[in-house]
Order: sequence, then structure tokens, then C-alpha cells
Amino acid sequence: MPTSASVDFDTVQVVDVSRHFGRRRAIANVSFEAKSGDILGLLGPNGAGKSTLITMLATLATPSKGEIRYGGESPARLGPGLRTRIGLLAHELHLYPELSAKQNLRFFAELHGLAPHPLIDEALESAGLADRADDAVSSFSRGMRQRLALERSLLHAPRLVLFDEPFTGLDDRAVGLIADRLRRLAANGAIVLLATHDLDMAEGLVNRVALIRNGRLLADEPASPGLRAQYRAIIGAQ
Amino acid sequence: MFFRTAWLVLRKDVAIEAKSWEVVTTTLFFAVSCVLIFAFALVKDGRAVGDAAAGILWIAISFSGTLALGRTFERERYAETLRALLLAPAPRAALYTGKLMGMLALLGLAELLLVPLVALLFQASAMFSRPLLLAGLLAGGTVGFCAVGTLFAAMLVRARSRDVLLPILLYPIIIPVIIAGVRGTAALLSAPPDEPTAIMWIGVLTAFDIVFVTLALWTFEPLMTE
Amino acid sequence: MRKAFGPIAVLAGVMLVGAPIMVARAPYESTMGLVQKIFYFHVPSWFAMFTAIGVCGGASLVHLFRNNPRADRIAEAAGEVAVLFGLMGLVTGPLWGRKAWGVWWQWDAKLTIALLLEMTFISGILVRKYGGPGSDKLAAAVGIFGLAVTPFVYEAVNIWRTIHPLTSVVPTLPASMGAPFWFCVAAFMLLMVLLLMVRVNLGKRQAALDELYLAYED
Repeated sequence: MPTSASVDFDTVQVVDVSRHFGRRRAIANVSFEAKSGDILGLLGPNGAGKSTLITMLATLATPSKGEIRYGGESPARLGPGLRTRIGLLAHELHLYPELSAKQNLRFFAELHGLAPHPLIDEALESAGLADRADDAVSSFSRGMRQRLALERSLLHAPRLVLFDEPFTGLDDRAVGLIADRLRRLAANGAIVLLATHDLDMAEGLVNRVALIRNGRLLADEPASPGLRAQYRAIIGAQ
Repeated sequence: MFFRTAWLVLRKDVAIEAKSWEVVTTTLFFAVSCVLIFAFALVKDGRAVGDAAAGILWIAISFSGTLALGRTFERERYAETLRALLLAPAPRAALYTGKLMGMLALLGLAELLLVPLVALLFQASAMFSRPLLLAGLLAGGTVGFCAVGTLFAAMLVRARSRDVLLPILLYPIIIPVIIAGVRGTAALLSAPPDEPTAIMWIGVLTAFDIVFVTLALWTFEPLMTE
Repeated sequence: MRKAFGPIAVLAGVMLVGAPIMVARAPYESTMGLVQKIFYFHVPSWFAMFTAIGVCGGASLVHLFRNNPRADRIAEAAGEVAVLFGLMGLVTGPLWGRKAWGVWWQWDAKLTIALLLEMTFISGILVRKYGGPGSDKLAAAVGIFGLAVTPFVYEAVNIWRTIHPLTSVVPTLPASMGAPFWFCVAAFMLLMVLLLMVRVNLGKRQAALDELYLAYED
């Protein structure tokens, strides 16, 4: 089994993955691939199954059928070290409200075996929260928490970056900052998967598009300049 | 990585708890209320009926333990931080270990209060005549209760009806712990203290602990993956 | 497995019809007389229950680690069958006790052990029903832990109470009582297997129905 230090990959493949809960189908026979440098937009209406896919990609859930491979290897073979390479920013933010911004970052840094300084100082700077570092997260606005959660998810410089609806409740400036960050990550070789129902935000940011509706993959193609039109064309055709 | 992660989780839980002491104070208060309720049920003419003192002690431990288990994991439900923990690169069983240690500390604290209280209210100070055996019974029983309880509470975090399902699932499994704890404590309370019996029950508890901590470590990861 | 169903059903039917005849012809036990004969159905119920618990625990292990729906169906069925035979034992036990010892329930070791295990496996059924999605894994945990706790329940309760006839009574049965006894054990085990097969089949059909619902949406 590879050690934590040696796990790395430059592609992630979703191979004929299905996920159902009894009679409710969440994902049906979805296959796609993303590689280093991609910013793949997982687009689709609410309830399409994007979050379920993200959860499975993050190894928090297993598919009912099919498999997900990281650089051609299964998660079981890669072991816990795989998680050093995955960063997740989900809707729930995963921050401890009772702890301060600094304490939250420190905890997650140490969980990943990283030296807290200067990493968390830079992260706080990046999030614009350096002056609020010692305040409890419960006192933060949604936007501040989002920025902190974003830094938390990227502290360990993951290879696979999974963002699930990261733009909710943010102002234009914050959205722009996230978009820049994602571009930089992809340019540095990360595999970025961005799940969102907000086409305006995705436009100009993603270089590939995977459209999901009712758990099915309707299209998997490069992003075209008119994302909205592209989306409508595919959804309308069904 | 394993023990380091467990330690980090424990330290984080203590840090959070230290901000308000909410879970500790309410658990302790509840434990005392438990003792009182059972006291009124089982005290006659100023004395506890039969071995009631031993029974009341272990009932209070299990009831306040169940409540504490629910509260501790409720904290991880808010903002779904349990998911973030599951994303840590350590083996997931390390998370279980960290949570288990936290629960042991909490229940241990409750017992520090409960044992003298029960001894006082029910004229049961005889159990202190064999402090090592008493400590052995308490340690063995608490580890057994927490080993199964922590696992069940963790796996129920995302389930429906989790509040009532925890005692429903937990109590039948830990009854051997209760039997051993109560009979062992009662043995210490008899005159003269029945040491061989107490030692025998400590043995049963130790075997239970070894089996169930191992089982919990082994099954934690598949249970926590959706 | 399906082909075996018919022959097993016939055999079990014949045996269960024949059992009362064998029981009636068996000699009377010296102290308890006619009442003792309930043991020919009471003890085989335990055999069936403990076997079902073993099957449930084993299938639960397979399902938890391999995510195998068939193992899950077997675990669910075995859990219910265990509860059923446990109920049989918990009804016949007090009936026997009332006549033999004068009280319905006096916390005798074997009955208490059975009661605890019954509670455990009922909780497994409850968690499947009320636990929401993912409750198959929770039930698997109950199955595994329920099997693992069985020796401890046995030990603890045995030390705690013993009025029940000791386990050793079975090997020392005279031949005239041994024959109808093992006959009944075999009959009950066949009945257990039969019920298990029926219940697993029901589970399989429910799963097939779920698949159809899923396919319909496509």
C-alpha cells in the first residue's frame, strides 16, 4: 500500500457509476474523466445528483455500482493516503463554530500532518480574515465562513479539488476571488471539479462541462462561449 | 498518524467543550437527577433496598452516558464536521479512538461525582474499602459502555430517529456490562467484601472490552461510509 | 436453492406432523410428568434461534464489508426468523415454568439470555424500519454485535442466575427421550431453513421491484 507521501494521480475517472437509495435513484450510469489542469463544471438543476457525485469522489460514499478511479487505481488500493490529495468545499462548510478561525485552520492542518505556520497565516491573509483570526467562527457572516472554509479545503494543496456550490451567498468580489483561485489551481496542475446550478458563475471559468439531470449524464463536452445556450440546447433537447 | 489523529480529535473536543462546559455540566447534573429519581423509587425507611446502591450507580452511569453520547455527536452534525474528519488522511478508526477517549474522560468525570454521591446517600461507603477493585470495575464497565456507545452514536449520526435509536440499539448489547458492574459492585458492598467475585466480574468486563473495542475499530470505517 | 424448497417443505411438513405423535409416545419424566413434554418444542426453538443468530451475524459481516445485497437480504431474514423462534421459546418457557415451578417468570438464566438476545434482534428490525436510508448498514452492525455479545450474555446471566435445568441434561437423556428430542430438533431446524428461504425470497422480490421502479424512471 502506498504511503501518504507517495499518493498522487493526474486523472480521476468515474466509471459507470450508479447510486441508489432503495427506490430512489440518485446517480445512473455516469461516466466521465477529468485530468490535471481541467476545471470541469458539473452542471444541472437542483436535485440532479451533483452533490452525490461529489460525495463519492471525496470517498465519503461508495457507488452502488461502478467505480471511481484515481490515476487508474481504486481507493481501496490507495488507502487513507488518498485523502491527502483530495480537498472538499461543500455547502455545509465543515467549520467548528465554537472555535476561532485560527483554531479551525490549525486543527485541519495538523490532521493533515502539516506544520501550522506559515500555512495558516497565509490562509488567513488569503481569506481576508487575518484581523479576525481569534474570533469564534459563530460570529462570522456566511461570506466570511465561506472564505475560511475555502482556505481550509485547500490548506494541504490537494490534487483533486471538489467544490460544491461554492458561490452561494457571496458578493461579486468574493466570487471573482474564488474564480481566480480556481484558475490558478488548475494552472498549477490541480483537477478541479465545480458543481453548481449557477450558469453565470460557471461561464468563462470552466473549460469542460458535464451536464447532470435526474442522476443521468446528458453531456460531457468542452465548454463553449455561450454556456447558457449550450446548457439550454442540451436540456431542451431532452 | 493513527494515535496522533486520535489525540488531535480529543484535543479539539476538549477545546470546544472548554468554551462553554455545556456537555459536562448538563451531563453531571443529569447524572445526579438520575440518582435522585431512583433513590425515591428504591429507598425505604431511610435505607436503600437490597443492592439498590450498586444498581443506582450503574443506571446513572448508563443513562447519563447515553445522553452524553448523543450530545457529543450532535456537535459533529452541525456544519457536518464529521465529514471533514472523515476526510483526514489517517485511518478512519483513529477518529473513533479519539471520540472514545473523549467519552471515557467525560464519563470518568461523571463517575468521580457519582460514586461518592451514591456512597453518601445510600450508606455504601463500604465499596471504598477495596478501591482498586472498585476502580477496576468502573474502568472495565465504562470502557465497555463507551466502546459500543461511541460506535453506535457515530453510525447513527446520519440516521432518522437517531435520538431514540441510540438507546434501543445500545442497551441490549451492554447488558452484560451492567450485570457485571452491578454484581461486582454489590460484591464489594457485601460484608465482608467478596473479592473473588469482584475480580471475576472484572475479568468478564476486560474480555468484553477487548472484544468490543476490537470489533468497533474494525467496523468503524465501513459503517461511516455511506 | 429454490429447487430444494419443495422437498424441504414436504419433509418438514411430514416431520412436524409426526412430531406430536413421537412426543406423545415418549416416556414421562419422573418429577414433572406431562408438563415436561413441552421441552420437545421449547428447546428446539432455541436451537433454531441460535442458528438464525449465527446466520444473521455472518451475513451481516459479509454485507458490511462487501456491500453484498444478497447477504443483506439473508441477514434481514435471519434476524426476523431469530425473533420468531425466540418468541416461540419465550412463550413456551413461561408456560412450562408456570406449571413446573409455579411462577411465570423468575429470571432464570436461559430465559433471560433469550430475552436479551430477542431484544437485540428486535432492535435490528426496528432500525431497518425507522432508521431511514442507510439503515441496512446499521442493521448489519446490530447483527454483528448481537452475535458477538451472545457468549457474554450467556456467561454473565448464567453466573447471575441458575435455576434452569443445566445444559448437560441433553447429552444425558435416556434413549427413549433422546429420539423424539433430536427428531424435534431436526424438524425445527428444517422449519427454520424453510422460513429463511421464504423470507429471503420475499426480500429478493422486493429488491426486484425496486429495480423495476428504478428502471421505469429511465
